[in-house]
Amino acid sequence: MRHHDFTFHGARLRALASGALHWPEQGLLCVSDLHLGKAERQARRGGSVLPPYEVTDTLTRLQDVIEATRPETVLCLGDSFDDAAAAQALSQDHRLWLTRLQAGRRWIWIEGNHDPGPLDLGGSHLSSLGLGPLTFRHIAEPEALAEVSGHYHPKAPLRGRARPAFLLDGARLILPAFGTYTGGLRSRDPALRRLMQPGALALLTGPALHVIPMPR
Amino acid sequence: MSPLPAPFADWFAARGWQVHPHQAQMLARRDEKALLLIAPTGGGKTLAGFLPSLVELADGHEGLHTLYVSPLKALAADIRRNLRTPVEEMGLPIRVEDRTGDTSYTQKRRQRADPPQILLTTPESLALLTSYEDAPRIFAGLKRVVVDEIHALAESKRGDQLMLALARLETLCPGLRRVGLSATVEDPPALARFLAPHPDPCTVLQADPGPPPDIAMLRTKAPPPWSGGGGTYAMAEVLDQIRRHRITLIFHNTRAQAEIFFHALWMANEDDLPIGIHHGSLDRAQRERVEQAMVEGRLRAVVCTGSLDLGIDWGDVDLVIQVGAPKNVKRLVQRIGRANHRYNAPSKALLVPANRFEVVECEAALEAVRDHDLDGEPRGPGPRDVLCQQILIAACAGPFHADTLFTEVRRAGPYAALTRDAFDACLDFAATGGYALRAYDQWQRLKQAPDGRWQLRDPRASQLIRMNIGTIQDSDMLKVRMRGAGKPLGEVEESFAASLTPGDTFLMGGRIVRYEGLREMTVEVSRDPGRKPKVAVFSGTKFATSTQLSARILRMFRQADWPELPDHTAQWLALQRQVSRLPEPGRLLVESFPHDGREHLCVYGFAGRNAMQTLGLLLTKRMEETGLAPLGFVATDYATLVWGLDRVPDPAPLFAPEALREGLEGWLAGNAVMKRTFRASATIAGLILRNTPQARKTGRQATFSSDILYDTLLRYDPGHLLLDITREEAMRGLIDFARLEEMTARIAGRIDHLRLSRVSPLAAPLFLEVGKVPVDGAARARLEAEEATRLMQAAGLA
Repeated sequence: MRHHDFTFHGARLRALASGALHWPEQGLLCVSDLHLGKAERQARRGGSVLPPYEVTDTLTRLQDVIEATRPETVLCLGDSFDDAAAAQALSQDHRLWLTRLQAGRRWIWIEGNHDPGPLDLGGSHLSSLGLGPLTFRHIAEPEALAEVSGHYHPKAPLRGRARPAFLLDGARLILPAFGTYTGGLRSRDPALRRLMQPGALALLTGPALHVIPMPR
Repeated sequence: MSPLPAPFADWFAARGWQVHPHQAQMLARRDEKALLLIAPTGGGKTLAGFLPSLVELADGHEGLHTLYVSPLKALAADIRRNLRTPVEEMGLPIRVEDRTGDTSYTQKRRQRADPPQILLTTPESLALLTSYEDAPRIFAGLKRVVVDEIHALAESKRGDQLMLALARLETLCPGLRRVGLSATVEDPPALARFLAPHPDPCTVLQADPGPPPDIAMLRTKAPPPWSGGGGTYAMAEVLDQIRRHRITLIFHNTRAQAEIFFHALWMANEDDLPIGIHHGSLDRAQRERVEQAMVEGRLRAVVCTGSLDLGIDWGDVDLVIQVGAPKNVKRLVQRIGRANHRYNAPSKALLVPANRFEVVECEAALEAVRDHDLDGEPRGPGPRDVLCQQILIAACAGPFHADTLFTEVRRAGPYAALTRDAFDACLDFAATGGYALRAYDQWQRLKQAPDGRWQLRDPRASQLIRMNIGTIQDSDMLKVRMRGAGKPLGEVEESFAASLTPGDTFLMGGRIVRYEGLREMTVEVSRDPGRKPKVAVFSGTKFATSTQLSARILRMFRQADWPELPDHTAQWLALQRQVSRLPEPGRLLVESFPHDGREHLCVYGFAGRNAMQTLGLLLTKRMEETGLAPLGFVATDYATLVWGLDRVPDPAPLFAPEALREGLEGWLAGNAVMKRTFRASATIAGLILRNTPQARKTGRQATFSSDILYDTLLRYDPGHLLLDITREEAMRGLIDFARLEEMTARIAGRIDHLRLSRVSPLAAPLFLEVGKVPVDGAARARLEAEEATRLMQAAGLA
């Protein structure tokens, strides 16, 4: 399977194997936790110097999914940049690339815990967005309904191999991290077990998309 | 006349001791720059190492005089206790202290300010010491270094790191003398070159090896099974041997097998003999309890793994039992030496082959021991990931000139042949990451000062570097605890934990436990009264049968008959000769036959488990490409069995060396073995930080998997140094392509293909082997889809 279609509070959504969420009726593409500039931030702080290709890789995959879905709106669901300085440090090439991706469509940056406050890159900045029946924000709120969020980088195992995963129950949808240099939090973690209702599903991303009961 | 100075001669005499000739020689030659002593356990080896220090220190010495390095923390603590006796009884002005990962912070600080005369430490703690800016002051006055169990250290990267640290000390203390203490090894001059500062010579001293060991195969009523490991069929006879000896050590090749055997032994132990278990996955407190009980003579037997290969004299061990083929004659000899730690008494040992083929291998090993024919693969050049770490350690200690550091590194035996280009590439990696895309100009790790010296850009980075010193890979282990009681039991591999679902049972420390869940990176379990555990597959360190032992087995096959083998095994070989043929040293036997609706190809390569596994992957890949529809394979130390839909009319072209090498290049990149090797090298080289101050504080968004770094490098920077290192490591290690090449050279195209109507006797056990490898690709995707559907249906969600 390349994707999984489901209805969430009346919205007909499509989870893509790449880890992006597509809402065809709204022409909306949503990705979460790009963490652009993570390698730069780690080096800046005196850590190890990771292969400096992660922005290129993340943008390449983002471009692929944009070309495949041709959205009118792209919504980045927070932690798009590893920190504000990492956003500043983007190379000229990468800035131009982002500008090209933004051309001819609406682009919304939702604030995350890593990247609060506006950035001097195109697009609008919101703390959250209500669209139709759904609310998009970075960190899930325990009592919320019809909410789409990111932040946790959920992952779940299938046949012994853990993969980034969407988590879905009646109240909320949590997106996997889209960025190349992002780790994951097992769905069995108490934080996610608390958040997700019994009967929740995990939509595993990777070469193909698989739907399984969320491992608890 | 005693070779000892007065107080020492008196002290020896008072205890009724005589100086061993090798102890006297060590004393007489104590001014030599490097000495390697090869002596059996129990030969007073440690005292031989320390005697010169004690004699020199008798007149007093300001500061550090002797540094003792051992692979085990426990050994350092034990030596400290043992040295106390002569120091106190002779009233020598010597302070002896140990410094390991277990030493308290205040004690460590005090040691840096006021070092003892004798400091006992491990390679990792020593590397850390050399990283301090005040290292020159700490080591001022150091005269001697004693490296214990150097044969064991030389087998891993810990040894390479240690030799680099000694090269550093050599710079700080130019008159430094070093001594290596070793068990029996196959190539003493190679070990001497490893130890000595290049190009200085190193004298090798051989102690009297003592009488030959009393070693045999354990005869059992039931014949060993056709395949598998564990040796539980011999339980009654093993118990009987335990009853007839004071203390028996029962060695296993893997921790999982030790657990299974211990469990079975416990079930059969009707006399309630006190028996313990000891292996590297058990919690330290548990291991220490077993060690203590052994020292006090409260145990009759200990089931163990390589965790008891080294170290302390464990009381009155009078029998060693090796379960499973020893794989390697040298290790067998060293293990046998664990019995009877008294000089001039033969060590007693019994071998228990775990399956029919291992009977042959055990017999070959016995002959090799009798012939003193030890094996061992020659050591490769010093690994570059360790060098990368050494460059960072040097930068922590202070600014350095590249030329000076290069000269220093080449003084270390393993790096004697290091080229300047290779060194510069490692320096570039440490400084900038060494990427084709020059990034991070602003944030380099090391920067060159105007005077040309390299230094840390951010001095605070030294804390991170120090936290990550070392070459031991244990990052993927998870602690196991009893739920509620919170008592730690030990640890398992993360991949094993990931394969568990609540309710699964496995063996830990001889008990069956039930997996309850994962909580903050700890595996929680409860007691399970059941009798049948899910097999514990954690930590399957699998050794490959050595080249020499494999060659010996092939030579045995040439005999007309095998009076030395038990009847069941001799008859098995005779039957093989009758219906097919036996593999020969200079040829490659390939059998093909139909079985159970599938075509089979059995290749008797005798290249060791890792290489035979690689051969299986390469063969099936090539068969897939040529439309021969392979379905899977299984590999052992001696053969690879491939099954598929179609008959292979002529297997010879599959073994052309160029074809194998070509297949390797293509297959290597995406391979899981490569990723595992990459993770180890990237961690040692300092790209992946195992320990950070923030790590595991939150438990959230844990660092992303090293596989992502590997994939990224492969895609965007395929020429990167770390990929090169990974390839080199894997070729020698898990992929072991070197032995495949050795095999193709040995057979030189002489391939005997026998078409049989059914399974041959030698191939039959392969059908019972575990660890069958399905041919990956579309098959896996389909299995995953089926599994997802099954899970959804089971949950009532589909």
